Amino acid sequence: MTTMPLAPTRGPNPFAGLMSGIAGPVIVVVLAILGLWYIAAVTLNTPFQLDTYERADRLDVPFSELLTDTLSQDRPVLPAPHQIAVEIWQTTVEKKITSKRSLVYHSGITLSSTLLGFVIGTLLGIFLAIGIVHSRVLEKSLMPWIIASQTIPILAIAPMIIVVLNAVGVSGLLPKAMISTYLSFFPVAVGMVKGLRSPEIIDMDLMHTYSATRLQAFWKLRLPYAVPFLFTSMKIGMAASLVGAIVGELPTGAIAGLGARLLSGSYYGQTLQIWSALIMAAVLAGSLVALIGVIEKLALKRMGMTR
Amino acid sequence: MTSLAGAKDTEMVEKHTGASPDRVIDIEKLSLTFETGDGPVHALSDIDLKIEQGDFVSFIGPSGCGKTTLLRVIADLEKPTAGKITVNGVSPEEARLNRAYGYVFQAAALYSWRTIASNVALPLEIMRLSRSERQERVARNLELVNLSGFEQKYPWQLSGGMQQRASIARALAVEPDLLLMDEPFGALDEIVRDHLNEQLLQLWAKTSKTVAFVTHSIPEAVFLSTKIVVLCPRPGRIYDVIESDLPRERSLDIRETPEFLRIAHRVREGLKAGHSYED
Repeated sequence: MTTMPLAPTRGPNPFAGLMSGIAGPVIVVVLAILGLWYIAAVTLNTPFQLDTYERADRLDVPFSELLTDTLSQDRPVLPAPHQIAVEIWQTTVEKKITSKRSLVYHSGITLSSTLLGFVIGTLLGIFLAIGIVHSRVLEKSLMPWIIASQTIPILAIAPMIIVVLNAVGVSGLLPKAMISTYLSFFPVAVGMVKGLRSPEIIDMDLMHTYSATRLQAFWKLRLPYAVPFLFTSMKIGMAASLVGAIVGELPTGAIAGLGARLLSGSYYGQTLQIWSALIMAAVLAGSLVALIGVIEKLALKRMGMTR
Repeated sequence: MTSLAGAKDTEMVEKHTGASPDRVIDIEKLSLTFETGDGPVHALSDIDLKIEQGDFVSFIGPSGCGKTTLLRVIADLEKPTAGKITVNGVSPEEARLNRAYGYVFQAAALYSWRTIASNVALPLEIMRLSRSERQERVARNLELVNLSGFEQKYPWQLSGGMQQRASIARALAVEPDLLLMDEPFGALDEIVRDHLNEQLLQLWAKTSKTVAFVTHSIPEAVFLSTKIVVLCPRPGRIYDVIESDLPRERSLDIRETPEFLRIAHRVREGLKAGHSYED
């Protein structure tokens, strides 16, 4: 029999310490995903591998060889994580940025239209919200259209936007950015309407007792109130913007951008190329949203809204 | 009931003397009915009231008696449905546009993204005063409420009592002759409330402003006021108007004196009589 220590600071679970921070749980989840991924890769790639053995008249392949072979195919149904990591390494660090095969180059193309579309979309969303909050007529006339706009599948309307804009002589970055705008203005508009309407009645009454103009009430009350809402909706808008940029690169057979990499990858069965572009897009979206998060923290701290 | 009749008499006399130049608020036959889904609610009914320059007037009554609504009508935050009201001889809206009054709400209503100094400067920015004028008024009024040294703090860094003092400084910064206060100390504990009452009285003595003050505390009303208006609910109406004969200079000890207790008793009787407990 062992005696319990007098004052155990943690439970008897030896992993309790590991799980108390942030790193611990994150690592556990990542390991679990990687494990499932490897199992799925082996399972999904086995039929093709068995076919290959059969054609080569090899009947008694040891399991260990089958295992390594399923994880090193050229065009696997599901590539293994380490294959994607190698592919990303080769197409980013080992390629010159100017090369057409550089993933950095393609990310840059997508990033530029994402950011342009996001900026236009955010401004559009803010202006729509200001109009809606201040005018009953604008609210009644615009709000249904704003909501309806998001029910249209972006995949259907994206080629139309690009074809139409090309027909009137607008090509290059802007048509793709328009699709990002289309997706990103919505969360900003809705979030800002909510934010601009969030001042308490007592705060509005205070402005009334000062006989403040609507413009003064907007700058000194409504807008500061809406700032936290703006940042939250900008995070959603940024992620939507990236999706828009990628979708915008699909229909025209664009030759550059992450969307183009996805498309050409699926034409030629280059699953590794598809997955590396996907991971890159996810990393890009994650970094952009995190960046907004940092700006949000700084802004709210400056405004005295964080304690 | 004799007291009630007495109050009514003085009102009648005043009405016949006509508008005096010192009259800050003049209310005649004022009513306000809210239309709600459950039918009309008579928030205020047939209110007659005069408030003179330099008065400290308390509105006291149970919840739903319309005391806050009356203050909001004076501040042009609500529109009466019948009757006449003038503030400084003009309509409440004009008075508001002239920035005739400062309003102190039940809650401090400080803007959380502004420092204390910047909160006090808010009405001054809206009035488009120069930076130096703003700074001067902010410093002077924060000192008046004993908040010097807290200029750069944010509201959440201050206690409830300090926040309410900052909101009083903000109302004073407008430099109005009329101060409208809606249960400003209602959310504070008794000790803080006593202290702030004393400070408010000193402030009133120093600045000779007219104050309209909503409260549901009898000692607070009697301690502060030169005139106590007792309201009762359903419909909200004035039940009694008590002219206090306590000296203008008072300390908290006055609450033990027979005069104080006599007035407090009359207020309590008024509240009891005006409030029907059957419903």
